[in-house]
Amino acid sequence: MSTNTASAASTGPVRRFGAWWDSVVDRYNAQPKGAKLAWVVLFAVFFYALPLLRPPIITTDRIDFGGVLFSSAAFALVALGLNIVIGYAGLLDLGYVGFYATGAYTTGVLTAQHWHWPFFLALPLAIAVSMVTGVILGAPTLRVRGDYLAIVTLGFGEIIRLIVTNVDWLGAAGGIKNIPHPNNIGPAPTPPFDPGGLFAIPRLQWNGLIPSIDHTPLHQTHFLVFGALDATPFYWLVLTALILVLIGDRLVKASRVGRAWEATREDEDAAELMGVPTFRYKLLAFALGAAIGGLSGSLYASSQGSFISPQSFPLLLSMLFVAAVIVGGSGNRWGAIAGGVLVAYLPERFRDFADYRLLVFGIALMVLSIWRPQGIFPSTRARRAKAAAEEIEELEEGPAHV
Amino acid sequence: MSETTTTAATATGATGERLLEVDDVTIKFGGLTALDSVTFDIKRGEILGLIGPNGAGKTTCFNVMTGVYRATSGEVRLDGAPLGKLKKYEITKLGMARTFQNIRLFKTMTVLENVMVGADANSKVGFLNALFRTPLHRRTESAAKARARELLDLVGIRADENELASNLSYGDQRRLEIARAMATEPKLLCLDEPAAGFNPAEKQRLMELIRKVRDAGYTVLLIEHDMRLVMGVTDRIVVLEFGRKIAEGTPAEVRENPAVIAAYLGVEEDDDAAS
Repeated sequence: MSTNTASAASTGPVRRFGAWWDSVVDRYNAQPKGAKLAWVVLFAVFFYALPLLRPPIITTDRIDFGGVLFSSAAFALVALGLNIVIGYAGLLDLGYVGFYATGAYTTGVLTAQHWHWPFFLALPLAIAVSMVTGVILGAPTLRVRGDYLAIVTLGFGEIIRLIVTNVDWLGAAGGIKNIPHPNNIGPAPTPPFDPGGLFAIPRLQWNGLIPSIDHTPLHQTHFLVFGALDATPFYWLVLTALILVLIGDRLVKASRVGRAWEATREDEDAAELMGVPTFRYKLLAFALGAAIGGLSGSLYASSQGSFISPQSFPLLLSMLFVAAVIVGGSGNRWGAIAGGVLVAYLPERFRDFADYRLLVFGIALMVLSIWRPQGIFPSTRARRAKAAAEEIEELEEGPAHV
Repeated sequence: MSETTTTAATATGATGERLLEVDDVTIKFGGLTALDSVTFDIKRGEILGLIGPNGAGKTTCFNVMTGVYRATSGEVRLDGAPLGKLKKYEITKLGMARTFQNIRLFKTMTVLENVMVGADANSKVGFLNALFRTPLHRRTESAAKARARELLDLVGIRADENELASNLSYGDQRRLEIARAMATEPKLLCLDEPAAGFNPAEKQRLMELIRKVRDAGYTVLLIEHDMRLVMGVTDRIVVLEFGRKIAEGTPAEVRENPAVIAAYLGVEEDDDAAS
């Protein structure tokens, strides 16, 4: 491995950074199990504390940091789900926003539009409805392959958007307003004076690089009140969902299911002849992806804004989801998460350039595809395969080329 | 699971019981008749060679057996069960596995995982079992891993188990294909030109491997170009030419058969000499 990373390091800052990152991953992988677990826990704690720590540079100053973290985590969750479809099973789904919208609208309809269910009762149903939608879409369309599937799913995303725009029962173009937030833990807030919650957590403020505790009552996070004032509890909720999905993803991937997906992606006919019911596994990947998309959509619907409309689910969002997975490193769950976070976070951090975000994004994609086509955090597999290919190329062309 | 196939194979192989019957199979692609009323059977425990000049329909015959093509008429039966309407993976589960003429491994997976995909064919583990890591999952997983290692030992590439499949040498990739197919616990193992691109020394080792596989209780169907290999390792041979069976018998009989000689050497002669 080390010789390969050395050879890759010889050109370009992007490649050098990539090689550095690969070596970090290798060092982490070389550690004993206990140490790995400790790192992971530390990592998780850091991310839970992030909206309270508000570290300089990465904290957004123009827009509520908790809200940005919420949308980043929600994007990461979506990317994680889409990674199962694209990265594991190799199915290019360009209409993923359809499932996101399905989850959001199911929640909206159940908790606000027609019924008044509590959020945590509506959530499982939203996931189930998205999953069923995935199966309904997948059953006929997964028989086509490659580009054709991409076109069909692209159409699906638009169909969902057009349906919610035109069906009055779903709020039509006006959308659904006043979707209730998730249920609070502890006493409910009674405005204007009692913020509710079990206890209040102050956050840090930074003067340059010197931290101090911010005692402004308005800046405290009340555990655990989901309200319009503070996005942090919503962020914690999404982060928790993200971690649970991440664990499930890991367990399923490292099993016969994960192997079946990979075999199907590599060579569908050969997989079938080796006893893999490929259609069933593709459908499973599709349904799981849809369910996770629905979960994320449901969390989005009940978040701070508590409002959804057809404009919340443009086709562009599907493209951003796919871009998140590809940029991060298709097939690697950490890559997908990183991609999701980047796609959601960067435009908010650099609001000054928000008008140019798509331009910058396009350039970034091109830079990436030239110098690091496997994505920012490719799977170990993809790295090994690429290293092997480079080694062969080197042997064939001789060292003069490098 | 059924590695001790009830009828232990003897040195001479066949026990007389029919394992696979190809019964009057015809395949037409538009106007082209790729297989024309081909009938033969494979007996349990034998090594049957399927030979013929290029384009004789050998691989087509393979493909109809494994469910890649559907027969226009006629029927293929494995252990008495007709295969006509079954899906490819169902045929594999029923006990037929194959390798590919042009190697088709899962390249991004490791050697061990490739074989485990084959072993998974008989797994009852599904999504929920995997998610909750049930005892069934753990048992199946460790059994599959053990079986995969055993097979890698048998074909002789155990040392490379954590290598990516695409990093193996050409010969080892062919061996891995055989191990992967064997992992599905087939009653009948079909090898499609396993010696293609091999040098004589490698062919020799492959012949030994095929015999070892047979001795482990598998029935083997071998498609091969190389006459020396076929004559050396098979118990019986079926010869195809232009989609028709022109001869069948022991290697010695087939070698003497004038129709076969004509087919291979292109002697001007009538076909009706075929027995």
